[in-house]
Amino acid sequence: MKALLSDISAVFVGDAQADRVVPPTGFTARLTLFAAGAMAFLAVFALALSMASGRLAQRWGDELAQSSTLRISAPVEQRDAQTAAALRVLETTPGIAAARALSDAEQRALLAPWFGPDLPVENLPIPQLIAIEETEAGYDADGLRLRLQAEVPGAILDDHTRWRKPLQQAAGRLRLLGGLAIVLIAAVTAAMITLAANAALAANAKIISVLRLVGARDSYIAKAFVRRFTLRAFLGAAGGTVLGVGAVLLLPAAQDQGGFLTGLGFQGLSALWLVLVPLLAAIVAFVATGAAARRTLSELR
Amino acid sequence: MIELDNIAYSYGGGELLSEISLSIQPGDFYFLTGPSGAGKTTFLKLCYGELTPTSGHAKLFGQDVRGMSRDDHATTRRRIGVVHQDCAFLDHLPLSDNVALPLTVSGRDDLDQVANLKELLAWVGLKERAHALPPELSGGERQRAALARAVIMSPDVVLADEPTGNVDWDMSQRLLQLLVELNKMGKAVVIATHDMNLIRAAKSKVQARVLRIANRHVQLAGADL
Repeated sequence: MKALLSDISAVFVGDAQADRVVPPTGFTARLTLFAAGAMAFLAVFALALSMASGRLAQRWGDELAQSSTLRISAPVEQRDAQTAAALRVLETTPGIAAARALSDAEQRALLAPWFGPDLPVENLPIPQLIAIEETEAGYDADGLRLRLQAEVPGAILDDHTRWRKPLQQAAGRLRLLGGLAIVLIAAVTAAMITLAANAALAANAKIISVLRLVGARDSYIAKAFVRRFTLRAFLGAAGGTVLGVGAVLLLPAAQDQGGFLTGLGFQGLSALWLVLVPLLAAIVAFVATGAAARRTLSELR
Repeated sequence: MIELDNIAYSYGGGELLSEISLSIQPGDFYFLTGPSGAGKTTFLKLCYGELTPTSGHAKLFGQDVRGMSRDDHATTRRRIGVVHQDCAFLDHLPLSDNVALPLTVSGRDDLDQVANLKELLAWVGLKERAHALPPELSGGERQRAALARAVIMSPDVVLADEPTGNVDWDMSQRLLQLLVELNKMGKAVVIATHDMNLIRAAKSKVQARVLRIANRHVQLAGADL
């Protein structure tokens, strides 16, 4: 552990001499920077997606969880009586904050998208709706159903679980996909940096053999490469993250219509996750280059 | 320091060297001669652990080469200065950095050593060329630099593969003198060379023995020089 920490600090503090021992290679350096930057850019979007779906799942869950609906399907002459009875039952049910029968105007508004605005609601046998607001603790839906069955035979309770579950499930899956995308991005970054490091190690085989000849340990040689690739990945990913955040900020702001894509921004503390993108890239590069160097060096004499 | 016990070495095809036993002790001074392709370079590589004998045992500073880890090899190389036949420099670093490379990689590049470096470069006549890149140097300059790099760590053993191949007589005398001085300080020196004149010149300065490689064997040559 101690050795690992000193390795990590060496990456950032650096050893100017060890650095000079391996000649700089402009082309691989630029490619590594670009690859790390592009991957960080994608990671920002995956992160944004994952967080937005997380927020969406929570919002849907919260809004639907706090309300439910009671539908009274009774012959017209019994409707008012049953509605009153149902309201009485609801008032005495623990866990219900408020219950209110929707007015005809409200019911008409709900139906308007389907039947047009001029529907004569009062002449149709439309069930009466009662909106229920729950307290934080919520109520016992099964118990309420039993009581309603006894006292208000025409009442059907809908506590929205039916709606909530698939919505939350979908949002949860989306979030999982976002996480998976980040893992894949990290894996692809590791693969690309491994390839780049292998190329650099192969290109510098002569230098490595000279260093071995004069008594350099593997760890010394590896350090020169690891430091280089770790810094490149870090800088590239930092640039890519900045560009990615810029692109996310350029998206239209979230609107009331509940647009899904427009809610992609980073809010509050979740922005801190962005800092982790370049750090993760650096860690991935550190591990990948270290492994590549150890493997290559152990094959040489 | 270097013990070769009945070792043999064969490349894919046939045996290049066989039944070699030799013990190199502090203060020894050896010349290694033999026709081209006889295995002089291979013999030197066996001495510094670059090659592992295909049979027999080679011990460097008491450790069997076969049991040595990669780090053990690195540590051993710091005690054995090698003048490679093709010099083997880092072409992007100036000469002075190349000569100081053994110090750099072992973390000993402190101020004392820097003064040492200047003195050493002056000794091999490369003071003016300290900032030149290796590809800009002549063959002779490269060989002198390779020798300077081999001795900068003040190693216990110096193995030199044709160190005077490309330098004029005066400079080869100078390089020889440097090796003789090191030898007088108790270092062991092994020089592979074709140059009989160099061997004769050395015999007047130091108790040198001559090893001849012939027919896969290494023999101690008599007083035939």
